[in-house]
Amino acid sequence: MGSNKNININLKIWRQKDAKSKGQIETYKLDNVSTASSFLEMLDQLNEQLINERKEPVAFDHDCREGICGMCSLYINGQAHGPASKVTTCQLHMRSFKDGDTIYVEPWRSKAFPVIKDLIVDRSAFDRIQQAGGFVSVNTSGRTIDANATPVPKHDADRSFEAAACIGCGACVASCKNGSAMLFVGAKVSQYALLPQGKVEATQRVLNMVRQMDEEGFGNCTNTGACEVECPKGISLENIARMNREYLFASVK
Amino acid sequence: MLDSKIPEGHISKKWTDYKDHLKLVAPNNRPKIDVIVVGTGLAGASAAASLGEMGYNVKAFAFQDSPRRAHSIAAQGGINAAKNYQNDGDSIYRLFYDTIKGGDYRAREANVHRLAEVSGNIIDQCVAQGVPFARDYGGMLDNRSFGGTQVQRTFYAAGQTGQQLLLGAYSALSRQIGLGRVEMYNRHEMLDIVKVDGKARGIIARNLITGEIERHSAHAVIIASGGYGNVYFLSTNAMGSNVTAAWKIHKKGAYFANPCYVQIHPTCIPVHGTNQSKLTLMSESLRNSGRIWVPKKIEDAQAIRAGKLKPTQIAEEDRDYFLERRYPAFGNLVPRDVASRAAKERCDAGFGIEANDTNEGVYLDFSSEIISKGKQAAYAAGNHHPSDEEVIKLGKAWLEEKYGNLFQMYQQITDENPYETPMKIYPAVHYTMGGVWVDYNLQSTIPGCFVAGEANFSDHGANRLGASALMQGLADGYFVLPYTVSDYLANDIRTGKISTDLPEFVEAENAVKAQIDGFLNNNGTKSVDHFHKRLGNIMWNKVGMGRNEQGLKEAVAEIDALRAEFYKDVYVPGSANELNPELEKAIRVADFMELGQLMAMDALQRNESCGGHFREEYQDSEGETLRDDVNFNFVGAWEYGGSDINNEKLHKEVLNYEYIKIAARNYK
Repeated sequence: MGSNKNININLKIWRQKDAKSKGQIETYKLDNVSTASSFLEMLDQLNEQLINERKEPVAFDHDCREGICGMCSLYINGQAHGPASKVTTCQLHMRSFKDGDTIYVEPWRSKAFPVIKDLIVDRSAFDRIQQAGGFVSVNTSGRTIDANATPVPKHDADRSFEAAACIGCGACVASCKNGSAMLFVGAKVSQYALLPQGKVEATQRVLNMVRQMDEEGFGNCTNTGACEVECPKGISLENIARMNREYLFASVK
Repeated sequence: MLDSKIPEGHISKKWTDYKDHLKLVAPNNRPKIDVIVVGTGLAGASAAASLGEMGYNVKAFAFQDSPRRAHSIAAQGGINAAKNYQNDGDSIYRLFYDTIKGGDYRAREANVHRLAEVSGNIIDQCVAQGVPFARDYGGMLDNRSFGGTQVQRTFYAAGQTGQQLLLGAYSALSRQIGLGRVEMYNRHEMLDIVKVDGKARGIIARNLITGEIERHSAHAVIIASGGYGNVYFLSTNAMGSNVTAAWKIHKKGAYFANPCYVQIHPTCIPVHGTNQSKLTLMSESLRNSGRIWVPKKIEDAQAIRAGKLKPTQIAEEDRDYFLERRYPAFGNLVPRDVASRAAKERCDAGFGIEANDTNEGVYLDFSSEIISKGKQAAYAAGNHHPSDEEVIKLGKAWLEEKYGNLFQMYQQITDENPYETPMKIYPAVHYTMGGVWVDYNLQSTIPGCFVAGEANFSDHGANRLGASALMQGLADGYFVLPYTVSDYLANDIRTGKISTDLPEFVEAENAVKAQIDGFLNNNGTKSVDHFHKRLGNIMWNKVGMGRNEQGLKEAVAEIDALRAEFYKDVYVPGSANELNPELEKAIRVADFMELGQLMAMDALQRNESCGGHFREEYQDSEGETLRDDVNFNFVGAWEYGGSDINNEKLHKEVLNYEYIKIAARNYK
């Protein structure tokens, strides 16, 4: 933290009053940004400046600011979550930028994620996919079998966990030229497919989740792999392959 | 009079016997009954899912865009359960005992025992849901140690246990939403509770996208809105975490208990600058592997701060592993309050190593663990004569598997590589043990208004042990509320739908609208954050890790004055009928101001030191907390007394310890 300095930047930010209005890029100049600040702290600083100038602050989604809630988004200089790899926007720090840089900030762009205001989009389609089948149908009881009664091979448990690490931010969809949600859905299908607890409903799950995914208007996968590259949690393309296998088996059953 | 409604009988039988005699609502009557759940973290999501499954009509509310974003998701290290899978002598009693002792003998015995009883069920339930906990090579669940215990009872999923448990509860909730049993209101914030004939009968909520003020009625309301750490502005909480739901019910008659009990977590990344918006936790699980130290010589600390020395250049004998020195029995795994104070003590004495305004920082060093685990790994692979390089390589790989995401997060924030140089850490506000007072049923002093998870006060006394928050949230939502809420609702099977046209709803809605209009028409000059930061400053300096009578009195007066200034000079841009984050913040900060003042008052009345509440006047010669069990063995529950917070009235629930002998807490 010893190498911190202050930089001056130019921002080109998408502003849009609401879902129905047309948006446009606005330009802002922001001085004295500490390189130790996170990208969202930089936006806080911009908003403080706008409020002091009696202008409307920029609306953006954020919450935990430690890379796990999946609420933050943003297309930064044409990349989901900005230039650094395997981080969310809230973990991106201003040391990734230079004095005098011009930074473009846009919302996720995808038909299935309509803009609500400025940089905020509606990702409720993800919730509806999960509601269609992203669960094990076990009621609350406290009377399930003992947690260690069914051993799970460590390899499977680890792969399941890696798939379950998805934070549902939507970077995969936003990065995909087809607006496909296959990485998100593949990760959820895989988490359960790899565990004995998920096997019972495997057939229905994959069919229902894929059906909902299609209904939400997400595009198809053409194996470009942009989703994997931009995923802040490093969710692997293998999950899409696994979902396709699960889907194929389920379809012929 | 406060009635905690603790059932009769032996502690190990109380919950079972009590449950057996609670009233039930038959399945055919449940669809006639509406329940509102505010908040969808572990407690809220598990309660909403369970009540939906049972057949009640549930409406759940979250201010985030999805229930999966609730801040439970950020919990890192793990969840405790008395499974004794590691054969180290664990039991329900030991988890009960550790929790009471860890809470510095300020928690309610019966609630804590129930928590320990259901802890095992939580793990079973989560595994059945497909939560991918860490496992060993035999396919069995793995465990690790957390502070304040001498057993390994913490279940985990790398450094993302909260995420996996929340996604488990979210999946159960999603299933009920899909089935139409739960109606989900995302991007909605509860702004008041509505009471009819003294009972909780609904809420007023604001649709955060359209700004519309909505009335929602129900036969019972569950508040699971989390803790109030953001009163300090800087904390490990999410930016949106707030006290508003809990504070609104307080203003309508729910007592607020032990507000001064705040957990300052020892291992967070130190503050870097004035534009900082939040602090980041480094999981307590790291204390399994990391050793905490500062230089023994003050000149070494000065040289480090000046950038002239690196920590790796300090010889072993010149390092002060102060937790191991002061607390040999528990070492680096003392409870959080103890570890935090010890770090503050060293930094106050001039040994801090961080080059920021306050020099506040200590090292968390993994070099010993790299060597020891590297050797183990080499031996396990059949290499009994590994080179130093091989050992270090294997040791780092072991660390990466256990804590990879945490190390990566640290490097992102600080630009330093913790595999090569020790982490710098310092305590930060993390969790609030205080909260809405509830009885054994988790019901507040408003009939029909239940409070769960961090939002209530009930299980952690004056200090929460690590990996117990997740346990409590899920215990409340899965295994307590379904029984106690049903018992309450058994009297409502003939009530019928509650009309939202009742004058009580109109009145509450008008009050909410008046507050919003007040802010938008205020035309002040300063942003909400400006006031929030000033509030946080007062709280951290005077109601933080060390407190004293004079500072607390000053805090009460200063917050009072700041609050007046806030209403006079805050500027909230935009309008009421749109997505307006500044307006959302203004409403939350207004409540933080009132709560902050009450926290200072509560800390002032508690003339003792216990757990996270450290009054500098009450310490022994070694700087340990001095409790006063004769005069302060009670829960302090405050009753709202009108807009002047000084008029809040203190009620006392005396704590009776029947099964645990109350003693000085000793981790030496």
